[in-house]
Amino acid sequence: MFERILAVAMKELRQLSRDRLSFGMIIGVPLMQMLLFGYAINFDVRGIPAAVVDEANTSHSRALVADLGATGVVRFLEPAPGVDELRRRLNAGEISVGVYIPADFERRRLQNDRAVAQLLVDGSEPIIDSVARGLAQVPLPQRRGTIAPRRSPFEIRTEYNPEGRTAVQIVPALIGVILNMTMVIFTAAAIVRERERGNLELLITTPIRPGELMAGKLLPYVFIGLLQTTLVLVVGAWIFDVPVNGGLVHLYAAAGLFIAATLTLGLLISTVTKTQFQAFQLAFFTMLPSILLSGFMFPFDGMPKFAQWLAQLLPLTHFVEMIRGIVLRGAPITDLGTQAAKLTVFLTVALVIATLRFRKRLD
Amino acid sequence: MVTDARDHGLDAAAIEARGLTRRFGSLVAVDHVDLTIPRAAIYGFLGPNGSGKSTTIRMLCGLLEPSAGTVRVLGHEMPREAEPMRAKLGYMTQKFSLWDDLTVRENLQFMARIFGLNGAESQSRIAEISAEFELEKLLPQRAGTMSGGQRQRLALAAATLHHPELLLLDEPTSAVDPRSRRDFWESLFVLVGRGTTILVSTHYMDEAERCHRLAILDRGRLVGEGMPKELMGSIPAIVVEIDADDVASARGALQQDPAVKSVAQLGTRLHALIDPQTPDAEARIRQRLASAGVAAQVDVVRASLEDVFVAATGFRRDARPASVEI
Repeated sequence: MFERILAVAMKELRQLSRDRLSFGMIIGVPLMQMLLFGYAINFDVRGIPAAVVDEANTSHSRALVADLGATGVVRFLEPAPGVDELRRRLNAGEISVGVYIPADFERRRLQNDRAVAQLLVDGSEPIIDSVARGLAQVPLPQRRGTIAPRRSPFEIRTEYNPEGRTAVQIVPALIGVILNMTMVIFTAAAIVRERERGNLELLITTPIRPGELMAGKLLPYVFIGLLQTTLVLVVGAWIFDVPVNGGLVHLYAAAGLFIAATLTLGLLISTVTKTQFQAFQLAFFTMLPSILLSGFMFPFDGMPKFAQWLAQLLPLTHFVEMIRGIVLRGAPITDLGTQAAKLTVFLTVALVIATLRFRKRLD
Repeated sequence: MVTDARDHGLDAAAIEARGLTRRFGSLVAVDHVDLTIPRAAIYGFLGPNGSGKSTTIRMLCGLLEPSAGTVRVLGHEMPREAEPMRAKLGYMTQKFSLWDDLTVRENLQFMARIFGLNGAESQSRIAEISAEFELEKLLPQRAGTMSGGQRQRLALAAATLHHPELLLLDEPTSAVDPRSRRDFWESLFVLVGRGTTILVSTHYMDEAERCHRLAILDRGRLVGEGMPKELMGSIPAIVVEIDADDVASARGALQQDPAVKSVAQLGTRLHALIDPQTPDAEARIRQRLASAGVAAQVDVVRASLEDVFVAATGFRRDARPASVEI
């Protein structure tokens, strides 16, 4: 009996060692998971981009801003000239926290019962809100002889998601996660399946051009992707009360761009894998960093530089920013030009590599 | 010298290959093969597995790039001019490569559109071809549920939808029963009658014998070429047929003789290939068997294609293809 068990086990190991990709996964998956989870899961968020509007501009107000900056939780970018600009930058996702110090700051400071300043917080991203609440506990800078105020000097305004509901942060970004998963796996598998079954050998001897073949294979998935987008939005609005604040045209434009980027990623995977199983493994391999590093679950700004840099290579990172901007903050796609441009770069580079790799030959 | 086929128009050969070579790493799969395949004929590639038949066919249709040598197919230089040639080409892969999860009709419609037939053309052509290949009743059936013979009829129908000038068939009958094989060959003769050039690879001797011309491949090299009759008539050996009661002993006795280059069993009889220089081979074999105490009937016979094959492959036993199926 043991002889036979051993024979099967040995055969299994031998086969596994010949599938280099699968063998690599044995080492690659735990290593990558360790690094990703270690980097991404970080509730002690630091360096959140912020901007200040200081209409008082007194020594006290400047000291308060300096104290906030000294916590390291926020990283102040250029000061904004006015509240409107502060909101615009929040809306475009350039900053996640805005500090507004009104002109009557000094008078408010002496009246102990009124908030002296306002924190505008982007509630569309997870965790940022609770981090901002911690920030609001920073006390007013004291002068000798004055009485310490009893309460927090800040009034917090959580924008876009005033109730701080997780569903609001998760559902729009979930469109990206779902699209990423289905688009990459479907296309990679759909192309590799034809190679595996020998259909491709027949197809490439016909007059069909590689571009026609690829376009035809990808086209149905564009519609499937748009259908999924609609499904998530409808169910999100219906069951989880997730509002759609931005224009639907902007939303579908962003989704279309992202679908194109994920389809090309799937195409790229199909050109480097030989079996459906390998394609599935590789798709999964790109899926995990996408979910963890894109800002879908953990705030992007809280991650170390290396993780942020890595996340720039993943289309989901840019889409999560865009979709939250459009759905929750009501931003037009034109305000999200940077993210759109990054997605376009990804799409172009991946498409060029995939086209170069896919030729109408077997060798 | 490679002649320019375009200068000769339709009189030129369908396929001209000179020094065709393909290497996979250190393995030479096809080794300096020269071929001239005439139009409107069935040309056979005969060889055991691994002899380079599929690799040669794949180079001819532009699926693989030759490592060396030149190929001209229907006047187009391959693989550079593969695209214009593809509209005139029908290709049947060794494995069924249409879609299992599509019906017969859907498969045919898809291939018709890929080959640029418009809606009306496609409809009339599918009606025509499904009648020709007895696929009418199977039209609504999914290809995955059909028998080997039915699938092969579908594959041939799909490959000929667009009236190709050249059909490349890579071991088309390896997965079908003898009756389907016979019907399949009938269809091939009909197509040739209409002027189609057919290149078919096989390891069946009976199929090879039906070809107008034949190339015998062994370990990537062309080891024999000609009409089957010519090949059988010019075999470099004397073929002796032995009908013995004790086949095993007869074989043992024959293998002792240095003039006997190979012994093969065909049914209950043995075929021995004798060195052509041997004087009075028949008597020599009789004597040898008698002295070994084996009672046998011995006759010099006309060479079969299998004898030709054994002689062409240098009398090696490992080169033997599948025997004739009865």
